[in-house]
Amino acid sequence: MSDIKYILGSFGDPDEMMHGIEKLQENNISIYDVYTPMPIHGIEAKLGIKRSRIDIAAFCFGITGTCCAFALIYFCAVIDWRVNIGGKPSFALPDFVPIMFELTVLFCAFGMVLTYYASTHLFPGRAPRVMDLRATDDRFVIAVDAKDNAEHTVIDGLLKDAGALEVKYNERKYVSYE
Amino acid sequence: MSGHNESILREPLITGDNITYAKITDDILMPVENKPNKAWWIGFIVASLGALLWVVAVSYTFWNGIGSWGLNKTVGWAWDITGFVWWVGIGHAGTLISAVLLLFRQNWRNSINRSAEAMTIFAVICAATYVVSHMGRPWLAYWVLPLPNQFGSLWVNFNSPLVWDMFAISTYFSVSLLFWYTGLLPDIATIRDRAVGTRRKIYSIFSFGWSGSVKTWQRFEAVSLILAGISTPLVLSVHTIVSMDFATSVIPGWHTTIFPPYFVAGAIFSGFAMVLTLLLVARKVLGLENYITMFHIESMNKIIILTGSIVGVAYLTEFFIAWYSGSEYESYAFVNRSTGPYWWSYWMMMTCNVISPQLLWFKKIRLSIKATWILSIVVNVGMWFERFVIIVTSLHRDYIPSSWAMFYPTWVDISVFVGSIGLFFTLFLLFLRVLPSIAIAEVKIILKSASEQAKKKIIEEGSEKPEYVNEYIESLEKFDSVKQEDYAKI
Repeated sequence: MSDIKYILGSFGDPDEMMHGIEKLQENNISIYDVYTPMPIHGIEAKLGIKRSRIDIAAFCFGITGTCCAFALIYFCAVIDWRVNIGGKPSFALPDFVPIMFELTVLFCAFGMVLTYYASTHLFPGRAPRVMDLRATDDRFVIAVDAKDNAEHTVIDGLLKDAGALEVKYNERKYVSYE
Repeated sequence: MSGHNESILREPLITGDNITYAKITDDILMPVENKPNKAWWIGFIVASLGALLWVVAVSYTFWNGIGSWGLNKTVGWAWDITGFVWWVGIGHAGTLISAVLLLFRQNWRNSINRSAEAMTIFAVICAATYVVSHMGRPWLAYWVLPLPNQFGSLWVNFNSPLVWDMFAISTYFSVSLLFWYTGLLPDIATIRDRAVGTRRKIYSIFSFGWSGSVKTWQRFEAVSLILAGISTPLVLSVHTIVSMDFATSVIPGWHTTIFPPYFVAGAIFSGFAMVLTLLLVARKVLGLENYITMFHIESMNKIIILTGSIVGVAYLTEFFIAWYSGSEYESYAFVNRSTGPYWWSYWMMMTCNVISPQLLWFKKIRLSIKATWILSIVVNVGMWFERFVIIVTSLHRDYIPSSWAMFYPTWVDISVFVGSIGLFFTLFLLFLRVLPSIAIAEVKIILKSASEQAKKKIIEEGSEKPEYVNEYIESLEKFDSVKQEDYAKI
């Protein structure tokens, strides 16, 4: 028993899994993480995960894009090299708008997505940290740290009562490494 | 909430009995995890021959210059810009489906967004190649960028819509790609975890190590929503700016303020038509009838009627204003369009874009797969002619009658166009083989609420009003994937 690192409750139904989370929490068993093949709405409230602040980042990136675009066009068309087009003013703000808009979107999208990749450690070639290979297919998996929660039989019983189709005892944290 | 019941008054989005999460994965990954069938090979061979033609024609253009096209002094833009605008327009449906329909919470987008987005990316690639090859000296394509250069510090002209267009198209392409790829990560991870050996290694690299943990999903949804929020104005801005390439000029026939909304409606119109052209075949060949249902097809047809009618109103408005403005040059441009030497292309456009889509008001036609498929192709033929009419007929009779001319395409013009269709289909067919054509995770979300089996269960519980049940069963008649006899006993 001592080699067991994680206990995994593998559910076939998201509602039963949510029920499983409740059961574990009622018994003061801490949940390490939950792996699902699709987003589960309402799970973050249950697990006490704070609202993502990525929207703030997105706004900051976007506004940076607006400013960069304005600065670039202003520098090129107004400061560095004025082009006389029929005597019209060089500082033609309405003409600046399309590019300012496009660069706002560009900076916002790339800034936000790269922040997302960085914050969730996603990058090409990263070794997948998967505890149960079916968690990306048809299983909803609750992972419990076996070292922190000693009463394994209680956990097993709770998960099965909630409707877990299978309870696994993993001796390695991630099964996806070869 | 996944366990939330949805009213039975809404049509189901997933049909079929015994659909489980595992079955969704199996069904969608069938073409990815198995060897291609004959139909795919035939399609792929034909498409790649087309792509080969494209390589030849574009190389020929690069080598010999754009003199190899049929352009002349009067008609300086013809098939190149027609093809460019046509492809960019087609490329609008993907982001529209994935972004605008997400903001409007239209769950039916979940099973068509992935392939529509892929189509967008391939269409924009085709469009971009036209831009590069029409430059004449494509190796100097970087001159469109505002780079410090050795010719004095002369920058690009920021007042020019062509410069705006460069920013718009490149932003659109890269943001669409990002949106598409980020959405693909969970599905690539699904393939990875089911594969073995080299396949697993390859998909592992491309899955970015996706694990499906709570935080990853939570942020994923936040990112998708914000991307949708910024992509919605983006998709509208792109064709607006494309239309400004024409509208900011002083050419009669181009110089019109209704161009931006008119072009955007036309883009959505042609984009949805192309989605239908592709998906009607794909759903049959890949056996995805349970996920891309008649409801999806009908919904897309309704969008085609709406946008087709907007385009029709725009054509008539243009004509009216040309007369009402009292400007004889403006009037002449339009009279010449409809009765001049290019009358046939004008009436081709009118028939294909304004008259034939109105057939979709008939429920029978709207729900017939064959009729829909033919109409979707007719729409895209019409949309090609629309751009041809706008570009060539406005240019071919310019200010001095002695310089009036006609445009005759050379074999290179035709090959670049036909070849670009080949390239598009080659890329799309490859996509169907290596990546899931339907967003697996997104379909799973709606399984417990919007599927036929979930609604059947509600009916069987017996607490629904009988008239609602009848209405629901009637609405199922149009589904070719629903067995009516299952409902006979209820």
